[in-house]
Amino acid sequence: MSRTPLDTVEHAAATPDVELPWAELGLKKDEYERVVEILGRRPTGAELAMYSVMWSEHCSYKSSKVHLRQFGEKAPESDALLVGIGENAGVVDVGQGYAVTFKVESHNHPSYVEPYQGAATGVGGIVRDIIAMGARPVAVVDPLRFGAADHPDTKRVLPGVVAGIGGYGNCLGLPNIGGEVVFDACYQGNPLVNAGAIGVMRHEDIHLAKASGAGNQVILYGARTGGDGIGGASILASETFDDAKPSKRPAVQVGDPFQEKLLIECTLEAFREKLVVGIQDLGAAGLSCATSELASNGSGGMRVTLDDVPLRDSTLSPEEILMSESQERMCAVVEPAKVERFLEICAKWDVIATVIGEVTDGDRLEIFWHGGKIVDVDPRTVAHDGPVYERPYARPSWQDELQADDANKLPRPATSEELREQVLKLVASPNQASKKWITQQYDHFVQGNTVLAQPEDSGMIRVDEESGLGVAIATDGNGRYTKLDPYTGAQLALAEAYRNVATTGAKPLAVSDCLNFGSPEDPAVMWQFAEAVRGLADGCLQLGTPVTGGNVSLYNQTGEAAIHPTPVVAVLGVIDDVARRTPVAFQEEGQLLYLLGDTREEFGGSAWSQVIHDHLGGMPPVVDLERERLLAEILISASRDGMIDSAHDLSDGGLIQAVVESALLGGKGARLVVPDGLDAFTFLLSESAGRALVAVPRSEELRFNDMCGARGLPVTRIGVVDGDSVEIQGEFTLSLADLREAHENTIPSLLA
Amino acid sequence: MTARIGVVTFPGSLDDRDTQRAIRLAGADPVALWHKDKDLKQVDAVVLPGGFSYGDYLRAGAISRFSPVMDTVIEQAKAGLPVLGICNGFQVLTEAHLLPGAMLGNDHLHFICRDQKLRVENAETAWTGDYRQGQEIHIPLKNMDGRYVADPYTLDKLEAEGRVVFRYLDMNPNGSLNDIAGVTNEAGNVVGLMPHPEHAVEPLIGSGRTDGLPFFTSILKKLVNA
Amino acid sequence: MARVVVDVMLKPEILDPQGQAVQRALPRLGFEGISDVRQGKRFELEVDGPVDEAALARIRDLAESFLANTVIEDFTVKVEEGAEVAEAAK
Repeated sequence: MSRTPLDTVEHAAATPDVELPWAELGLKKDEYERVVEILGRRPTGAELAMYSVMWSEHCSYKSSKVHLRQFGEKAPESDALLVGIGENAGVVDVGQGYAVTFKVESHNHPSYVEPYQGAATGVGGIVRDIIAMGARPVAVVDPLRFGAADHPDTKRVLPGVVAGIGGYGNCLGLPNIGGEVVFDACYQGNPLVNAGAIGVMRHEDIHLAKASGAGNQVILYGARTGGDGIGGASILASETFDDAKPSKRPAVQVGDPFQEKLLIECTLEAFREKLVVGIQDLGAAGLSCATSELASNGSGGMRVTLDDVPLRDSTLSPEEILMSESQERMCAVVEPAKVERFLEICAKWDVIATVIGEVTDGDRLEIFWHGGKIVDVDPRTVAHDGPVYERPYARPSWQDELQADDANKLPRPATSEELREQVLKLVASPNQASKKWITQQYDHFVQGNTVLAQPEDSGMIRVDEESGLGVAIATDGNGRYTKLDPYTGAQLALAEAYRNVATTGAKPLAVSDCLNFGSPEDPAVMWQFAEAVRGLADGCLQLGTPVTGGNVSLYNQTGEAAIHPTPVVAVLGVIDDVARRTPVAFQEEGQLLYLLGDTREEFGGSAWSQVIHDHLGGMPPVVDLERERLLAEILISASRDGMIDSAHDLSDGGLIQAVVESALLGGKGARLVVPDGLDAFTFLLSESAGRALVAVPRSEELRFNDMCGARGLPVTRIGVVDGDSVEIQGEFTLSLADLREAHENTIPSLLA
Repeated sequence: MTARIGVVTFPGSLDDRDTQRAIRLAGADPVALWHKDKDLKQVDAVVLPGGFSYGDYLRAGAISRFSPVMDTVIEQAKAGLPVLGICNGFQVLTEAHLLPGAMLGNDHLHFICRDQKLRVENAETAWTGDYRQGQEIHIPLKNMDGRYVADPYTLDKLEAEGRVVFRYLDMNPNGSLNDIAGVTNEAGNVVGLMPHPEHAVEPLIGSGRTDGLPFFTSILKKLVNA
Repeated sequence: MARVVVDVMLKPEILDPQGQAVQRALPRLGFEGISDVRQGKRFELEVDGPVDEAALARIRDLAESFLANTVIEDFTVKVEEGAEVAEAAK
């Protein structure tokens, strides 16, 4: 075999006519031409690898950037935001000197290919983002969406995803406290596996991804680099540069949670000893991303010797090393005098650590291989100055027809008996059924600070043992609502997550999002995206909760068919004392049940329209964010002052879903009366937003009513916690035993 | 006076800090022990905490069992040092042959996390004195490899000698033989169990019950009164 | 360099849910006539120097004390002849 000469910068300059496989690497012709223009010559293979991966949709946000700017432009005034959009994750001040970082990311495509590893490495990636901010990860949440619950492929994908999330997160020692599981045929070929994580640190421990200080050393530590997830770079390696290479590299990355656990402990110990100037995790685009981002965010340049990267596979080419997505790796910038101590800490935790380069005076990122310079670029052009597209977008022609197909006109149950049957069918339907079979595969208890975990409205973690300070997080999204009206659907997702945080007694502070959509090259999808982002940005401004960061996942579609537009919104809240938290479960018989908010005839996109009529049409529920804010204030005050003993947000499935969940969790039934002015069907099944169910001890009734009255929140007494059945007076009665069987057997019988 | 109770951190230990907190809440002094260190820092008792030491690679507990700290723990346990193994710690103790039997993957092949009902079958070990014989308690359980097995002779012997310390009630979460959740050695100083008492020591946190606290008050009383 | 292979299997009397899960899947995949599946572990040890009786005895010790848990598992040790040849022929 004969080796072609190393494609150094010098070689590239001398051989301008060499054809490079830019198209195979996913670059467009004009994008490639821009690279040539930036460099003033053709790129080397290594440079091409870096630009192609960093300018991909996934890394550069080139289709979404122009819309995402609104999150900054419309950001509400907030004292809480310590680090905003653009870093690995946003950071929020939660008081008492504590800061919290949180983020949600997608790992949709890898999880469809290999559910276990795709989901596992999704958890691993988001957790490294959190560590890279300087925080100890304290919890994870997983919003998941799958195809139809009874589809055979769901039985392949879901158990694998759940086992992967559990296998990785449990082994890492992170309690899984929240998330969602939604089934809809639109996700059949594109399940959505979103992973969120929260980390806690002191204000002074915040770290950023930047390399400054000439002479500071760049240390790569964690797992060895292998051929994981290289994809396109193999083309460079096998076809253009060296024909004898193994041509197939695995596209699936394999996670090692044990290695990641060591990485967490060793990184936190290095932070404690103040050894780290800048830090970046290695995720998508691996070293290409880490080196170019560290260098472009810092003050100087960077020089890296790729020969020093510890390899798992010695046949890897430099292009492959730069693009490898091997998991459980981090990159730290450390002052020379502190390198020895940093390496000692890594050795203590049995973590491999290697100096691979240093920060330089200049402004270039230079990478060497076998003595030759194979990369010489301005790192900003790689990391930040990627292409930006103003994709055309247009309201799809079918939108009017969809909205005109009014769900409020669907046939409703004619008798009490029919209503009873539909309620039973709803609480047993896969989307409304208990997800215990899934969530019991996740550790909720580890770290000993879990106050609330699913199926509570939000997950809650104690931050300070002395004061009881805690944080809460909820994630929500409703693709059906968003399909009907993307602007409103995104705001409904925000409103629900906001409400869920407040329902547990915490004050909503900030937002992260994971925007899952179809192909941006389809103007209809792009319109959905633009509308959803606009709705979310407007909503965050109105609620005073800034977006701190997030993630965009595009191309979620099979052929021409895109998924429902699915913005998933995570809201983070703070509670002064977790002892005041409000659970979902009914606590004591005799307590009075109140419905807060207004109930209207709103069935567009509802669970009822889906389960009973397999229908999607009309308009989603109306959003009133001022009302949401008032409702949240009432829920938080009532929790702080001990006026309510349990509370549950009303969303998909309506009031009856909330009552059944609170009853089953508490093992106590309820007697309800249909209020004047409402029919039983609307009362039980409408999905009007801005509502909650609360249980008030009789001793607090007066005080609670006075508070709601004084602040103008509509409140209706609808019944009492009582007995071992759910009774709707004058309509029907369902025993808790029957409800439990209906609610809890569905998921195991489909998936176990 | 109080007692010093060591908590070993192996690479991949997860519940070490929680266990230290539980010891503190019970009124004893937690002492952090490191797996590479043979020195037990003159502690009066040792807890091997839960987690996935060495990722549970090879077999749960199999690699930790050969760590330097375990040489000393094994030697002193045989001389009477009270040792409690929780979950992964229990797996380490069986791998180290300080307790009989072995742990295998759950029969349903899934990780399981739930608040588990148990019956205290032996309230006379070093770690269970504050329970009543036959008391029913709830302790969180969370594991992948929780299926306790032993050969019929060993099982009969354990039952006959009252060395089954905890038994699962209402449901067997992992296929353990005889519903065994925890066992002790002949002397009663070494106890291992799969459920996690350290997650049941504060009313608001974890399971919301404090049924696990007596583990730590039991050993404290025993050591202080000794 | 030679390769020694240690195979570790659950003892016959120990329940093997993973093997059973594989076996249950077989009819679905159209494989008939397989009455039992048991899943084990295979360790490939690359040994420096000659694999003589002394070396094998050490490896048996290693297998007994570490690679297998003899409370639940059995093991076998065998020398793989011409390991490199076999690999190249694949």
